[in-house]
Amino acid sequence: MQTTEQKQNNHKRTFNTAEYNFAFLDEGSKREIRRKSLKAVAIPGYQVAFASREMPIGRGWGTGGLQLTLSLLGRQDTLKVIDQGNDDSVNAVSIRRLVEETSGILTTEETAQASIIQSRHRIPEEKLKFDQILVLQVPQPEPLRKVERREERTRIQHAEMDYSAMWLTLYESIVKWGSITLGADYPVMVHERYIMAPSPIPRWDTEKLHQSHHLTLFGAGREKKIYAIPPYTNVQPLEFEDYPFEVESFDGLSCRHCGSMDSFLDEVVDDEAGITIHQCSDTAYCRQQQERIG
Amino acid sequence: MSMNSADLINNAEKEWVWNETPLLKVRGLSKQFGAGCIHCKQPTSDEQEGSRCQYCGSIWACRNLSFDLYPGEILGVVGESGSGKSTLVKCLYFDEETTVGEMSISSYEDKTSNLFEKSAQQKRYIRNHVMGMVYQNPLLGLRMPISSSGNIAEKLFAADHYHVGSIRQRAADLLQKVEIPLARMDEPPKNFSGGMQQRVQISKALANNPPLLLLDEVTTGLDLSVQAKVLDLIRNIQRELRVAMIVVSHDLGVIRMLADRTMVLRQGLIVEQGLTDQILEDPRHPYTQLLVHSLL
Repeated sequence: MQTTEQKQNNHKRTFNTAEYNFAFLDEGSKREIRRKSLKAVAIPGYQVAFASREMPIGRGWGTGGLQLTLSLLGRQDTLKVIDQGNDDSVNAVSIRRLVEETSGILTTEETAQASIIQSRHRIPEEKLKFDQILVLQVPQPEPLRKVERREERTRIQHAEMDYSAMWLTLYESIVKWGSITLGADYPVMVHERYIMAPSPIPRWDTEKLHQSHHLTLFGAGREKKIYAIPPYTNVQPLEFEDYPFEVESFDGLSCRHCGSMDSFLDEVVDDEAGITIHQCSDTAYCRQQQERIG
Repeated sequence: MSMNSADLINNAEKEWVWNETPLLKVRGLSKQFGAGCIHCKQPTSDEQEGSRCQYCGSIWACRNLSFDLYPGEILGVVGESGSGKSTLVKCLYFDEETTVGEMSISSYEDKTSNLFEKSAQQKRYIRNHVMGMVYQNPLLGLRMPISSSGNIAEKLFAADHYHVGSIRQRAADLLQKVEIPLARMDEPPKNFSGGMQQRVQISKALANNPPLLLLDEVTTGLDLSVQAKVLDLIRNIQRELRVAMIVVSHDLGVIRMLADRTMVLRQGLIVEQGLTDQILEDPRHPYTQLLVHSLL
């Protein structure tokens, strides 16, 4: 029987890295993506179209984020990949391994050690620093798509700051349900100009984008869009004056592993015992808390 | 994103003072449909010459229209179908791009700048802050699947009001004014009859207390008793809120009931204008005479 480690090594040997450019993409592609990223940084919250490449993973599985990551990587970089807070889910592992094999750079599970963090549906609990870049995978970059199907129209709406249709859906939600029922991917106003979809992160994480120290890049591979929130940018969730924005509440709950009471918790249903238990969604953070407690 | 809820409600009671400066000034408005050619570069003012270019088929739907509208006044626009009435109001509301011409509104910014030359963003601002529009077809003016109060709210969001409580208060006031029962304020207009939809559309157009309201064939297609109700409503609104209106209709009865002054359009030209009574009692232009005499 081979250990997992040996299997990985065998795998590495069969993969002919010399056939590929450093970090998989050719330099021309990387340059295009970096140029578009710069434009996105220059216009916070604005969706910049880019020529999304064919990737060795399916569209909709993080190709946008992956292309951003690969275009940003230098040989000194350390990468962390998370999938819904998890470092060791299949998706995260596959993307991490692809990057390792085509670039040979170091990867980590420690948030603080990573220079680039690619994530799906979560922002790490640990506050990111100014020299870190967060790359988020985005399924639907257009926040107005729910209210307007035509791209032609939504572009005009952004250009003219015509956001009344978006506000109208929030209003309707209040009239019907008494509160705004949007959970993940809660629309935000970036730098008092563009309404932006923050990717399907929970409301809990939305506030981490406001005046953050780090750069956040958003990549939508299928929809071919890149957008960004530069450090120290105002990011305000849409809210009415009498219906303020609220994050998920975990009042009185704590993580079953680390006991943390101020992290985003996942629900786990124990069918046998018939009870619901909670645990940190950010596994790296949870492990760190456990080690600190000892 | 700030809003003053007291402002929102009190605006309606703003003191109205008779004002000799026109609220709306339109000069030389022309609108051409089609590419145009060297033969139809300029709209002619010749009544005998049709509005359609015989060489390229382009149509000057509005030809060199100039008029003023004073605060609190109702201006009627009559004419047969194809005379350019609807194109005129669509141009005023920026639904159609004007080919040449100038428009200024005294309550907007520097009073004299040509609003047709503003950017799309500014035009949107003007539409949402100083104008209201009621279309013949409620489908164009309302979002049918969304609640009636939401329809009114949409206009208020566009004018930067973000307080749900006061928005609902305003929506309730407006719907009450147009006699929609409060219990139905959160029902979508698609559940309503044609006359009710039209009344919701009017209340939506009034949401921001615009000084200018454009009404395009609002009673066409409604049965007579409902027509009378809607006309009554419009008169009441004019009396209470002192909103200036442009009422477009092919129906002289409607014009007689509502308009202080009337313009008669034919093939994109103003063929006669003056006090409504005068035009109806003593029409000068042969076409107006024909219109008045064909009134049943």
